Amino acid sequence: MKKVYGSAGEALEGLLQDGMLIAAGGFGLCGIPELLIDAIVESGVKDLTIASNNCGVDGFGLGKLLDTKQIKKMMSSYVGENAEFMRQYLSGELDLEFNPQGTLAERMRAGGAGIPGFYTKTGVGTVVAEGKEIKEFDGQDYVLERAIVADVSIVKAWKADTTGNAIFRKTARNFNPPAAMCGKICVMEVEEIVEPGTLDPDHIHLPGIYVHRLIQGEHEKRIEQRTTRPAA
Amino acid sequence: MPWDRNQMAARAAQELEDGMYVNLGIGIPTLVANYTGDKDITLQSENGMLGMGPFPIEGTEDPDLINAGKQTITELPKTSYFDSATSFGMIRGGKIAAAILGAMEVSENGDLANWMIPGKLVKGMGGAMDLVAGVGKVIVVMDHTNKHGESKVLKECTLPLTGKAVVNRIISNLGVLDVVEGGLKIVELAEGVTEEELRAATQATLVN
Repeated sequence: MKKVYGSAGEALEGLLQDGMLIAAGGFGLCGIPELLIDAIVESGVKDLTIASNNCGVDGFGLGKLLDTKQIKKMMSSYVGENAEFMRQYLSGELDLEFNPQGTLAERMRAGGAGIPGFYTKTGVGTVVAEGKEIKEFDGQDYVLERAIVADVSIVKAWKADTTGNAIFRKTARNFNPPAAMCGKICVMEVEEIVEPGTLDPDHIHLPGIYVHRLIQGEHEKRIEQRTTRPAA
Repeated sequence: MPWDRNQMAARAAQELEDGMYVNLGIGIPTLVANYTGDKDITLQSENGMLGMGPFPIEGTEDPDLINAGKQTITELPKTSYFDSATSFGMIRGGKIAAAILGAMEVSENGDLANWMIPGKLVKGMGGAMDLVAGVGKVIVVMDHTNKHGESKVLKECTLPLTGKAVVNRIISNLGVLDVVEGGLKIVELAEGVTEEELRAATQATLVN
């Protein structure tokens, strides 16, 4: 089966629909699927619900989809310094479901692993647990969190072979594997596509079974907070 | 004289013991790494890294290598990388010995609020709710009062909670307090700060 496509637009062909749920990998601007996000902006698809730890920054990454008002709802843990994200949320234009970061990651992992829900102590006694089942195990309260199964997931890896076996680089791995796992269809962009047999099978971070469509492209990889120390 | 940011960080570093795996929050907690001395401390960054190194030398920044505050950092020989689900597995699973983090408010029973001010400021909880629920010891480092001079050490938090009864120790610019049965206990005063000054800046119940 052919997984490699020529461009982000081609890779998303036939997958996008108004009102759909998309899971996106990345943490801040690190390891985000830049090319696929641009292609979604281009497509004009709207009323999206997006599960992603952050929503990019103003004007970059998923922030572009906020600018074009293509997002109806975000499922995120952190708004941070994204002014447009905060503005749309506070004005009521954007629905925002706050998820503790680890809960969001586990909801995605569970969605890909056939686990419909799980109990966690994260968020017990806070607004996050409101309206959810609380169950006691061994004297401690846990809240039931549901898995996320996305219509499409968009992720970014460093290298992959043509069958989708993927390797991530440093902290750019972050949400990409769980986001990939939870998609009914996963579209991945990488910096380099190689032939099967090139990557050491023992070093694969995400098996190709989770990856349905694949593209290679150039990434800007913008740095959000450039911090340095003086040379010794 | 109350402690400044660096003195608070230095005091917080005394809480860390050789061999500990620790998560440091954004702001003053990040400075704690500068004061761990010879202790073998492994820093966890919840975006997927154990063994966080210092900031890179200018010109060697790597966009694929950041901490949870999105700052460029470096790796160490002992570094390992993993995905977010694995990262929070080790947090929730109690493998991280301690978390040092900032706060907007702390209450006398250890409730913590540090993620949003309704209608005004929406930051998000990030990984803080998972950390306070999962790690061995939660240490808050913060100024004792806000910029209007009002106590941040309260009988009850007024802001949405990050966690309920999760804080073990508060290190403020005025001193060190422990969350104990019935309220907070003064463990230590910052040099030159009197007990009366600390009491005046504290709304929470203080017990002996």
